[in-house]
Amino acid sequence: MRALRLERSLPRFAAARLASPRHAHAGAQFGPVRLVDIERPELPGPGWKRVRPHLAGICGSDLATLSGASSRWFEPIVSFPFVPGHEVVGTDDTGRRVVLQPVLGCVPRGLDPPCPACSSGSTNRCAHLAAGHLQPGLQTGFCADTGGGWSEELVAHDSQLHEVPSGWSDRAAVLVEPVACALHGALAAPPGDGLLAVVIGAGTLGLGAIAALGRLRPDVERVLAVAKHPHQRSLARELGASSVAEPGELRRAVRRLTGSWILDNGQLSGGAPIVIDCVGTAASLGDALAVTAPGGTLVLLGMAGTVGVDLTGLWQREIRLQGSYAYGPEPLGGGRHSFALAFELVEAAGLDRLVSATYPLGRYPEAVAHAADAGRRGAVKVVFDPRRRPGGPRPEGTR
Amino acid sequence: MPRPGFVLDVDASTPPILTWHGDGFRLERLPADRSRVIYAPEPVPGLDDPDEAIRHALTHPLGDADPLPDLLHPGMRLTIAFDDVSLPLPPMRRPDNRQRVIEAVLDLAATAGVDDVVLIAALALHRRMTEAELRHALGDRVHDAFAPHGRLLQHDAEDPDGLVHLGVTDLGEDIEINRRAAESDLLVYVNINLVSMDGGHKSVATGLSSYRSLRHHHNVRTMRHSRSFMDQHRSELHSSNWRMGRSIAAAGVKVFQIETTLDNNAFPSGLGFLQKREWEWNARDRAGYLATTAAIRAGSERLNRSVFQSVRAPYSMTGVWAGEVEAVHAATTEAVYRQQLVAVEGQTDIALFGLPHVCPYNVNSIMNPVLVMCMGLGYLFNLYRGRPIVREGGVAILSHPTPWAFHPVHHPSYIDFFEEVLAETTDPIEIEKNYEERFATDEWYRHLYRTGHAYHGVHPFYMWYWGAHALEHLGRVIIVGGDPAAVRRLGFVPASSLDDALEMASDVVGRDPSISHFHCPPVMMADVT
Repeated sequence: MRALRLERSLPRFAAARLASPRHAHAGAQFGPVRLVDIERPELPGPGWKRVRPHLAGICGSDLATLSGASSRWFEPIVSFPFVPGHEVVGTDDTGRRVVLQPVLGCVPRGLDPPCPACSSGSTNRCAHLAAGHLQPGLQTGFCADTGGGWSEELVAHDSQLHEVPSGWSDRAAVLVEPVACALHGALAAPPGDGLLAVVIGAGTLGLGAIAALGRLRPDVERVLAVAKHPHQRSLARELGASSVAEPGELRRAVRRLTGSWILDNGQLSGGAPIVIDCVGTAASLGDALAVTAPGGTLVLLGMAGTVGVDLTGLWQREIRLQGSYAYGPEPLGGGRHSFALAFELVEAAGLDRLVSATYPLGRYPEAVAHAADAGRRGAVKVVFDPRRRPGGPRPEGTR
Repeated sequence: MPRPGFVLDVDASTPPILTWHGDGFRLERLPADRSRVIYAPEPVPGLDDPDEAIRHALTHPLGDADPLPDLLHPGMRLTIAFDDVSLPLPPMRRPDNRQRVIEAVLDLAATAGVDDVVLIAALALHRRMTEAELRHALGDRVHDAFAPHGRLLQHDAEDPDGLVHLGVTDLGEDIEINRRAAESDLLVYVNINLVSMDGGHKSVATGLSSYRSLRHHHNVRTMRHSRSFMDQHRSELHSSNWRMGRSIAAAGVKVFQIETTLDNNAFPSGLGFLQKREWEWNARDRAGYLATTAAIRAGSERLNRSVFQSVRAPYSMTGVWAGEVEAVHAATTEAVYRQQLVAVEGQTDIALFGLPHVCPYNVNSIMNPVLVMCMGLGYLFNLYRGRPIVREGGVAILSHPTPWAFHPVHHPSYIDFFEEVLAETTDPIEIEKNYEERFATDEWYRHLYRTGHAYHGVHPFYMWYWGAHALEHLGRVIIVGGDPAAVRRLGFVPASSLDDALEMASDVVGRDPSISHFHCPPVMMADVT
């Protein structure tokens, strides 16, 4: 079968890392990913199924991996070579259309009893990502044994599959996984009354978080979205942001909304009780810290690696830094699982509009470049359609 | 004899016309046979002995007022208020009129044995002046005699203990002014009258008042009913200030008004070509133009701004009057008109305004986009009596770089006004209704106004209202050579050249529109019949 596969190649990682700041396509062109013909993955055991992807998204974590920008933190919890792609809608071998919940916790790994986190449903906090009968891998799409969505077939455990309701488009279904991540972050900060939430970044995660705040958190009264590009600002408003600012305007915008002061060095005297950083760079974290109210919560939803940030404000203002990864039971969502809520949210907010372009696997360099430059090119989510072949109709959403 | 103002009909032999463009200027060739250029009158003669004229004015007051020496006595509280850094433009060479007048008043006060004297800069909601600016306006001797003893103050419109509510006018307008000024035995106001809107009751009723008072006339309705606000007889702004001024007098505040006028000799000899009609430029003027434009091209934006802001006008004092407010202001207005009025026949489809480097609110600062709007559509558009020089539904073309740049210390609320308010709407009514109060009562702006050098939080709103009459009157506003994003944020149309602007204007005024170039500065006022 055809698949995009990632090899452990230090020279290629290094080349991609060097070139990616200048060229959006560098991750695909110089990086360790190649389109190859490989054997279909074997079923690891009972309870596993084959899934033929219809659409598979390109996520920020994928781009970071391709461009060599990922943290070395992941080294022990991935296994090479692997096929990327963890945002997947496809058909399993019973004919059901399914969405993949990619986390490879204790149950898919055949570990019984499962760890306490998995027992409580919080598979995102699984303690055994490198154990069991599978090779290490925090998710499908980072594990050598399971394959991934950027191929014609992968294998998934029954516990990972969610049936897609009839009448749903593949474009809507492929967004369930990233939207589950986004709403998990939106529900991570403690509740309050009449809250102001700031969402920094307006890619898929940011827009999903904005939609979640508006629909799942009645305690959040106002949402300020920070968006760099015009289409992102429009989408942020459509999805419920009460105000929108450009990155350079953030501090002043929060000051206006909270009636606080800007002190001489640019920090605010007050701030927003909830700030969700969906970017995860040193600049975004610095801004996020500057606009989080004393005692407030800064949710780190973007994939920050090694960054240099002045943390003085964190302790001096007793700001709670809350990481957010994947999904699990949501106390602020009535204890329901993020995926269940995400299905409802995608439909209620019409989030299928976030899919901007689809590409066949053979045009992966263009697809990766498009995804890496999505903001500037007016896109949000770029996805592969592994069923299509190059030379067919021009990819949807491409120019 | 100085020549009066002049309207040149452009023909094929007319040379390119100097057009101000912020910290620089351009030579623009106007379409022949349908364009005209409005030139200011030449400077009228200055007073031979300004100090003697001041002494004479103080002892020979106008209207129902006693000579100043008769009003001064030991044990009294005397307050001398004076116009702030917004006047004159450009700042004048030393000695400033304020210094001359205040020194004369202080001499009389000292002779009379008056000890309790306080000077107050009448800021209204403007930024506080710096020490250098105060020294320039008052002179070092006055500054050093008063500032170290806490007797040189700057009006604080947000100091609850420093204001007093004197009641309301018969139209219900609140009158709240500086407490020290109101409770003094005598308030002497020292004015420099650059344009006909300045002075009169506006000096105290606006310069020493608070937001609570100002909001009654600094609003969209008033500005739309002031046609123009430079014409006292057709200005609701003027009427409101006059009602307040009379109520202030009725409340027992004794005001002794001193007003001075200037010629329009705004530029030093090296920039003399800026004052002259282009076909009369001599070799020195041409050389000056070439050298200046070459220096501007070579200089950075920051350097050019700094150089232009350092220009000091060689103005001469042309008159000084003292006494009762309205009698004094009548004499002042007559003198201002004598210097500035230009007879203009009829309106045109297009008015071209080249915007200079300075307006009343960016002295030693940046002319940000909101001030560009105010300068073009507030001040220059309104420098008329009778009718605007451009017809209703016509087009105003402004020439200015309009950078997306703000002085963070002077104009903090302007940044938010531009980023937040204008991003939503440019409609003055909507802006006034939905945003004004929040900005006016914002604690941070209040803090910066009171303790730093920031304009009051509500000030950018007033700048926008200043242009409300023009916005209602015009069919389109085009800015030549401005930052396109900033121009669009203002709700205007960016053009890269005057030819492009005229092409864009043709949608509104047709292919062969008539054009007026308002060649200002020097300051003038079009008397349009």
